[in-house]
Amino acid sequence: MRIIVCVKQVPDVTEVKIDPKTNTLVREGVPSIMNPYDLHAVEAALQIKEKTSGRVTAITMGPPQAEEVLREAISMGVDDAVLLTDRRFAGADTWATSYTLSQATKKIGFDLIICGKQAIDGDTAQVGPEMAEFLDIPHVAYVRKIEKIDSSEMVFERLMDDCYEKLLVSLPALITVVKELNNPRPPSIRGKMTAKKSVIPRWSADDIEAEENKIGLKGSPTMVKNIFAPPPRGARRMLEGLPEEQVDTLLKELRRLGCL
Amino acid sequence: MFIRVNIEKCTGCGTCIDVCPYAAIIIKDDKAFITDACTLCGACVESCPEGAILDERGKEVEKPKDFKGVWIFAEQSQGKIASVAYELLGIGRKLADELKSELCAVLFGKSDEVEELIKWGADKVYYVNSSDYTYLDDDLYSKTLVKLVNEYKPEIILAGATAIGRSFIPRVAARLRVGLTADCTGLEIDKETGNLLQIRPAFGGNIMATIICPNSRPQIATVRPRVMKPGEYNPSKNGEIIKIDSLKPSGRVKVLERIEDKSFCRVNLQDAKVIVSGGRGIGGPADFKMLWELANLLGGTVGASRAAVDEGWIPYAHQIGQTGKTVCPKIYIACGISGAVQHLVGMQSSDIIVAINKDPNAPIFNVATYGIVGDAKEIIPLIIKKLKQGVSEC
Repeated sequence: MRIIVCVKQVPDVTEVKIDPKTNTLVREGVPSIMNPYDLHAVEAALQIKEKTSGRVTAITMGPPQAEEVLREAISMGVDDAVLLTDRRFAGADTWATSYTLSQATKKIGFDLIICGKQAIDGDTAQVGPEMAEFLDIPHVAYVRKIEKIDSSEMVFERLMDDCYEKLLVSLPALITVVKELNNPRPPSIRGKMTAKKSVIPRWSADDIEAEENKIGLKGSPTMVKNIFAPPPRGARRMLEGLPEEQVDTLLKELRRLGCL
Repeated sequence: MFIRVNIEKCTGCGTCIDVCPYAAIIIKDDKAFITDACTLCGACVESCPEGAILDERGKEVEKPKDFKGVWIFAEQSQGKIASVAYELLGIGRKLADELKSELCAVLFGKSDEVEELIKWGADKVYYVNSSDYTYLDDDLYSKTLVKLVNEYKPEIILAGATAIGRSFIPRVAARLRVGLTADCTGLEIDKETGNLLQIRPAFGGNIMATIICPNSRPQIATVRPRVMKPGEYNPSKNGEIIKIDSLKPSGRVKVLERIEDKSFCRVNLQDAKVIVSGGRGIGGPADFKMLWELANLLGGTVGASRAAVDEGWIPYAHQIGQTGKTVCPKIYIACGISGAVQHLVGMQSSDIIVAINKDPNAPIFNVATYGIVGDAKEIIPLIIKKLKQGVSEC
């Protein structure tokens, strides 16, 4: 089976904060990591490959340094990787990103595309389903279990808000996965050596035959108007006294606020 | 590039450097210089005290005309319309009134509650009453909505940022070649341009961003459940229910089975008004029983930190935080949760946060509305006892 995994390099958002005094972003020393959900996507691809044989390719779109996450994927066991990098890709929103990635997957060829549920910097969860639409293939979001793998169809379980659903999907298809699906393997020593030696091809907009007006900022219908600090949380009140008194105060407060 | 520094005006003060989320601005020869790391987010433009950063992104292209009306997608599960639909009608009504246009709801799948959408504010309901739409079929849902949009041309479409909305709406946006803003927590109309201002958290809620789609219509957004208030309920309100022909399913995806895990059914975290959440500090799987008891008393459900899920005390479906769910209930009671940032990003937009922890220095207290330093195993039973007493007193 031919599998493509889409990964993204993201800033470790738990480290991104706004300085309450200056109202600006504190990002000193914020490390770049592979989007945590994508680790599960890579693991899923490797497990499917181990069961069916085939080939796994990791792709990402980003600046040259995004290559790091591709090397990480190779160190986990991915066969090869492609970096989509071009200044013309800059400023892409989910629409333009999905278009760009889908152009690359067309060139590579695939039976199954696997993405993480969402990236932790933007949290949109849109790129997977949008890619599926560009490729005119079915998709299943929030996959938590892979039950059956076949050369022409698969059975998945997806996480809904109030239940699970078991689905039969014909290939080619795209899935986005949640963390529950598996435990990503750590890179192996051998994998790390392979990753170090690998030459990762870089594809530009021309290499994937992308239309100029559909990529980067030009191809993006959405625009960030401004960013600002979230409204501060109200004052905190530490409750005093014996446990019983603390609980009384708490319930009184909640009643006062009309919460009970 | 589309964002440039006017070297003549730049004083090299460095204000923009602090504002840039991507560390893409450096000072070179006493002037600001935008590097390749720039994602054209525009955050720096307004920050410059000299007005030296030029924003050439949105060179106004002619806005598409003839798009009118505000639509909300009313999702159903088992024939029951999700509460987020009524919240969407609340905000949708406001936007429609401001734009002096009508508010329509779109309902896929059979439901006995279709009239409710009108009573909660819809002027019209586009209703596809077919069993093919019972479960989310992404292909079918997106094709049908695209067809409706092409026919009726709404200006704005809102859907819930739920498993359903977040799964199929992106396909609709991709097909229509329009923008889509995920998980909005605020929506307003820009008085000058008439654009929809879509406000959403990014970077795990550490930053808020206002997104616009100046040149494409419809403007589509998914809206976080439990943020918007439902509108006014008017049982005598009149409206029109327009039956829409169903399309043929592609058959590429088939739902074989709906699995209702017993504990799962009580978990709808995104919909819950009250969440009682447990972490490693509560002790063990048995202690989740008291959390369930409290949650049931308060009409809520139970959440958990990653630590508790990793310990195997409770299934993943309950996990709140960066790799779990993002929630914003009215009351969030964190029991024995220390408050790692990964957890905080999933719950810090809750209205009221009650933190119970033995460690007075636990970071959870930084976001708490009310803090109790103590053992959850002692405090929770006390709350339960008092609540029960309170009920019997009434």
